[in-house]
Amino acid sequence: LYIYLSLPQCVGEEIWVDSRTVYIGHKDPPPGAEANIPQRYPDNRIVSSKYTFWNFIPKNLFEQFRRIANFYFLVIFLVQLIIDTPTSPVTSGLPLFFVITVTAIKQGYEDWLRHKADCSINECPVDVVQQGKVVRTQSHKLRVGDIVVVREDETFPCDLILLSSSRHDGTCYVTTASLDGESSHKTYYAVQDTMAFRTEQEVDSLHATIECEQPQPDLYKFVGRINIYKDKEEPLGAENLLLRGATLKNTQHIYGTVAVYTGMETKMALNYQSKSQKRSAVEKSMNAFLIVYLCILISKAVINTVLKYAWQWSPDRDEPWYNHRTENERQRHMVIRAFTDFLAFMVLFNYIIPVSMYVTVEMQKFLGSYFITWDEEMFDEELGEGAQVNTSDLNEELGQVEYVFTDKTGTLTENNMEFIECCVDGNVYIPTIKVIISDIYILPNVCFEHEDLFFRALCLCHTVQVKEEETVDGIKRGIHQGRPTSFYISSSPDEVALVEGMKRLGYTYLRLKDNYMEILNKDDEIERFELLHVLNFDSVRRRMSVIVKSSSGEYLLFCKGADSSIFPRIVSGKVEQVKARVEQNAIEGLRTLCVAYRRLSESEYQEACHHLNEAKLALQDREQRLAQAYDIIERDFVLLGATAVEDRLQEKAADTIESLHKAGMKVWVLTGDKMETAAATCYASKLFRRSTQILELTKKRTEEQSLHDVLFELNRTVLRQRSISGYDRVSVGLSVDCLDFGLIIDGATLSAVLKANQERAGSGNYREIFLEICRNCSAVLCCRMAPLQKAQIVKLIKASKEHPITLAIGDGANDVSMILEAHVGIGIMGKEGRQAARNSDYAIPKFKHLKKMLLVHGHYYYIRIAELVQYFFYKNVCFIFPQFLYQFFCGFSQQPLYDTAYLTLYNISFTSLPILLYSLVEQHITMETLKRDPSLYRDIAKNSLLRWPVFLYWTCLGVFDAVIFFFGAYFLFDNTTFTSNGQMFGNWTFGTLVFTVLVFTVTLKLALDTHHWTWINHFVIWGSLLFYVIFSLLWGGIIWPFLNYQRMYYVFMQMLSSGPAWLSIILLITVSLLPDVIKKVLCRTMCPTATERAQVTYCHQLHSETKALNCLVSRLGVRCLSCSDFCFAKAINQLLLSSFYEN
Amino acid sequence: MMASSYNAKEEDGHNSGASNNGGAGVVKSKKPDNTAFKQQRLPAWQPILTAGTVLPAFFVIGLIFIPIGIGLFVSSNNIKEFEIDYTGVDINNPCYNCAKNFSWNSTTPCVCSVPFTLEQPFESNVFMYYGLSNFYQNHRRYVKSRDDSQLNGDQSALKNPSKECEPYRTSEGQPIAPCGAIANSLFNDTLELYHIDSNGTRNTIPLVKKGIAWWTDKHVKFRNPGGNNNLTVAFQGTSKPVNWRKPVYELDPSDPENNGFINEDFIVWMRTAALPTFRKLYRIIQKKSSTTPTLPSGKYLLEITYNYPVLSFDGRKRMILSTISWMGGKNPFLGIAYITVGSICFFLGVVLLIIHHKYDTRNNSPDIPN
Repeated sequence: LYIYLSLPQCVGEEIWVDSRTVYIGHKDPPPGAEANIPQRYPDNRIVSSKYTFWNFIPKNLFEQFRRIANFYFLVIFLVQLIIDTPTSPVTSGLPLFFVITVTAIKQGYEDWLRHKADCSINECPVDVVQQGKVVRTQSHKLRVGDIVVVREDETFPCDLILLSSSRHDGTCYVTTASLDGESSHKTYYAVQDTMAFRTEQEVDSLHATIECEQPQPDLYKFVGRINIYKDKEEPLGAENLLLRGATLKNTQHIYGTVAVYTGMETKMALNYQSKSQKRSAVEKSMNAFLIVYLCILISKAVINTVLKYAWQWSPDRDEPWYNHRTENERQRHMVIRAFTDFLAFMVLFNYIIPVSMYVTVEMQKFLGSYFITWDEEMFDEELGEGAQVNTSDLNEELGQVEYVFTDKTGTLTENNMEFIECCVDGNVYIPTIKVIISDIYILPNVCFEHEDLFFRALCLCHTVQVKEEETVDGIKRGIHQGRPTSFYISSSPDEVALVEGMKRLGYTYLRLKDNYMEILNKDDEIERFELLHVLNFDSVRRRMSVIVKSSSGEYLLFCKGADSSIFPRIVSGKVEQVKARVEQNAIEGLRTLCVAYRRLSESEYQEACHHLNEAKLALQDREQRLAQAYDIIERDFVLLGATAVEDRLQEKAADTIESLHKAGMKVWVLTGDKMETAAATCYASKLFRRSTQILELTKKRTEEQSLHDVLFELNRTVLRQRSISGYDRVSVGLSVDCLDFGLIIDGATLSAVLKANQERAGSGNYREIFLEICRNCSAVLCCRMAPLQKAQIVKLIKASKEHPITLAIGDGANDVSMILEAHVGIGIMGKEGRQAARNSDYAIPKFKHLKKMLLVHGHYYYIRIAELVQYFFYKNVCFIFPQFLYQFFCGFSQQPLYDTAYLTLYNISFTSLPILLYSLVEQHITMETLKRDPSLYRDIAKNSLLRWPVFLYWTCLGVFDAVIFFFGAYFLFDNTTFTSNGQMFGNWTFGTLVFTVLVFTVTLKLALDTHHWTWINHFVIWGSLLFYVIFSLLWGGIIWPFLNYQRMYYVFMQMLSSGPAWLSIILLITVSLLPDVIKKVLCRTMCPTATERAQVTYCHQLHSETKALNCLVSRLGVRCLSCSDFCFAKAINQLLLSSFYEN
Repeated sequence: MMASSYNAKEEDGHNSGASNNGGAGVVKSKKPDNTAFKQQRLPAWQPILTAGTVLPAFFVIGLIFIPIGIGLFVSSNNIKEFEIDYTGVDINNPCYNCAKNFSWNSTTPCVCSVPFTLEQPFESNVFMYYGLSNFYQNHRRYVKSRDDSQLNGDQSALKNPSKECEPYRTSEGQPIAPCGAIANSLFNDTLELYHIDSNGTRNTIPLVKKGIAWWTDKHVKFRNPGGNNNLTVAFQGTSKPVNWRKPVYELDPSDPENNGFINEDFIVWMRTAALPTFRKLYRIIQKKSSTTPTLPSGKYLLEITYNYPVLSFDGRKRMILSTISWMGGKNPFLGIAYITVGSICFFLGVVLLIIHHKYDTRNNSPDIPN
């Protein structure tokens, strides 16, 4: 963006704006070169901290008050300060101050840590070449153009262009584990013209400029060129750019590298920008509830203000002789007075939206997320890692998932490839475990030339590196066989499997040395091929190629890729046989690749070189031009054969998918694989059953019929089925047994469906029909998907009219877009690097962990937060509504019912901890039940605990309780005394009575809702009631010297000294809790939900176990315990068991 | 809540470091602890509110509440209470003239006598209350219009009362003691009670004015500045509240323990009532002997020194005589409420029993197939 912003300043010099020129070693360009436009670059200081010492307070406060809730409370506080309000500013100021301070301390501490980290990074020593000498300096003093020396195992201090390396071939190995998590060694190349430099003097003598694009965050893209004076220009690509944060490996040192991007402009720094904020459904309903409460608040204030002025119409009421206004007040204008009154009422009732709710919700989310990381069952021994939480804002969303979009490779499957077979011209080769040539099953009639070429092609056409054992660190890849001293490393497990497979077939790839690839062939001879060009793999082309020169001087282009991308480019070869084999393999769920070659003549090679170099040199649209060049070169292939690699299903993948299905989720598999392979995996993983009727929406079909017809036909099929089974579904519920549909759609058709809509907006509503079909399918398989299409699908479902909650799970970089797009993104810490895990909201080691994540953790988090939100509103209705009612009895004078201390502490301490702890440890059903019975997940689907009827129920309950509290106390106080010495109580006793009933009722209401009483719950619930009593005794027990009023003095004690007060407290609590108990019992008995049934079943099981044990134990002579309460049974069970064994 | 981008980086760095070392120790440390808390497996009691478990509770509540309710109701009914309105709204009321002719400036007090008859004798101690209606002692402006430091005998507050007392803070340049609207509107009717014999003679009934205020109020919360002696000196330089006829140190000149701020009538008034209709304890009539009732049935005369105007705000004044039981004055509410709630619980118990019986057999069969 800033590129365009800076445009107006230098019109006509776009090239300078779009790119930067770096003068190596800060040497001026020779006269005559392009004018030197000095560009200012930042120094190499990394600043990740947000604040400095000076701006911390204002900036932090500003940030905090940007939050609407904090701002609201600030306004209330200011209103309290400015006008004469019923409650002292302390009541809202103290909680606000508390919240702000805690947040500020937390953020300040985090920032301090960042400062420290920044400091240590910025001050770490760096070697720089200056005047032909190596000088040690500090990292933050590096400037663009400096020449830096990096030694082995050092981290690059900024983004560098590799000038020369200690390795003779001008390469160096780098691990980018801290950038993208890929611990494999990547090879980077020195600039051709400078790779010969060996000493710092040589490097320092270099007189050149580098032109490159402005900083951009893509780690894998870099375009530039180096201009060595009086010499030629040479292209620079991502393979020349060493990124800050990566570490040098297996290379002693690299001399003379030049800094191009420094400080905050490095790709690493650009990449660590915060992701877009995802908001959960619960948060949205919470905000909706907040708005309702805000409306209630305002209407309450308006009603009271209006009533106040209606009531005060007669001056005797407004100002009776005993209660005059001050002169000041009298002179105030009526409108101002009314407005002040309105504000005062707002302040009086503002507690209905409590500050503490936000704090509690945040704490709950933050602390609660630890249970995911702590979960032992989600720990993977092999990987040595457990689940990881990147954002805790979405915990409860895990309980709301309706659509699961999963990647196939590496997610459903192991991504642990094993070479199964290859087929050359229709002849099949199957390596067995032992590497003996005679074991290879060779069909007769072999064309030996093709066979040789095929094996060589697979040995040469890859980007695999060979690693010596002792130098390898990171995760070992590939199957370690044969020679113990070396094995293969690659970013793609397929390639490793292929090269390994070749080894087992007798052709061993040895190494890449000085641009020569060495192969040990069947006859133990070493063949050398000069590697001329690598046409890298990309997911659009879906193939990769190498151009090599054989020892005989032949130019050969080998290409391997997906069948769909190879077959159209074939000119000769046994296409039919290979195709048949490929299809057969695909049906068995194997991953297939086709291999082809092309012989290039000298002139053809030169032309290809020309195309490639031209494209590589381009500064603009390099990607596009490279793709064009590849397209020109990769043609007229001769088909050699195909390979098949097996990717086994992950452990328990089928079980997990089945559970997700039972839980009412729709599972979609989005894969880049071909349809047959993907479909086979889907059958294996039980996504499709035998009974599933498969609907195909593929290119093959749309070629025969028009898309329109296919869509409508499918839709009819689906609807017909639904109308037949519709009746059953209603009566049985969503039975799993009834015939279900599975849809298979491929990328091409999908884009046609989506595109048709864009072109003919409104008329051809394919999108809707497509969605309609999808809605009725229990499983959908999307194959041949480009990464962006995956995100598109997610977006499409997200935007459909039900707005379902989506979850995307994947392991590779190609899943990142969908992970970011979905409501919840889950990354699998897989073999294809950490990019998915890094961009996800949650990362888990294996697909099977998804089951526990959703069914147990998601379920728990959802019911916890739902209760938390509802309860918070409930308890504040209970709290504030009596104050509202009291206004009718105090002449609408905004007289608070409760003492200031109670107003302040109600939400902070009397009722805060029980709900917080409830929302952390509540388990309404045991984990085992949740796992065993996934259908329980349906009970909470569609945000069911936070829907408007439920919210209304809680609010009504709150209002009912408030009415009970208030009028209970009212009738008790009504014109009589309730002490045995005839003395009277005042308004503060009245308030204290209401408040006591209130605190006890809301706490006990929570106790009623608690299904899982651990010692923590007991401690917190009874503890906070005790705390309330002790606090009240203390608060009223002393004349507090710092207070200017002593209205609470002995109020609480006096109240407790009266018998009727006790009796009425007990009565009112009972009455307040009664409706909720009745509702619970009736609902449970008359129409129990699955959850409630499961709870009872669990208890019954325990009961029967206990019975059996009792009999057993009674026979052993121990007194039979008759336990009427089933739920104590478990503890007793264990007790009995232990005694049983002792006997 | 990944607080910052940087943390993510740090963590990644750490991860790679860990895998670099590759040692078993590093792997082990990452493994979560197998503690009951972290694995969410703390032993827990898991109660469920089913009809079966709630049923007994309902019956028990019913069985406990109904007797309590009956007890409360009976004891409330046994309480004798007599109430008489002496505002003087009605022309027939003896206090009509006093009410009509009230003026703040009149120097001669207006006295009126209201005769009444007690049908039943009042056996135990009788508590005499005055009651006010439509008097908003709980109005916010009124409630806060006091200075507790001043009332606690604080010298500086005496001379410089709190701003909350406005507009009853100073008068004629001197601070008001006690300041504020509450003190200013102290109830100042004097009530005297006479028993009229069968032969027509008036016998004064002794009214005890001690023990009508909270003990803590009288002894801790309210204190005279500089002790209870020489109040005249102590209150030098202060002014009496505007509506008062005499200064605070003359509230009860006969008894120094009941004078000034610690005057019990004053303390009682200073405890603001919760509702606009309220009563306050005025005097206690102590039982003399166990044989005769405190107030035998018969004719009585209430003599009022009518100082307190309430008609301007449509208020009422009452005098209440009441006996007291352990549960306080006459208030049938609590008893009725207990009986009602108890009965409802009992009724619900029965309903639940039926429902439980009806549904339980139906539900249980598919529930526990094993």
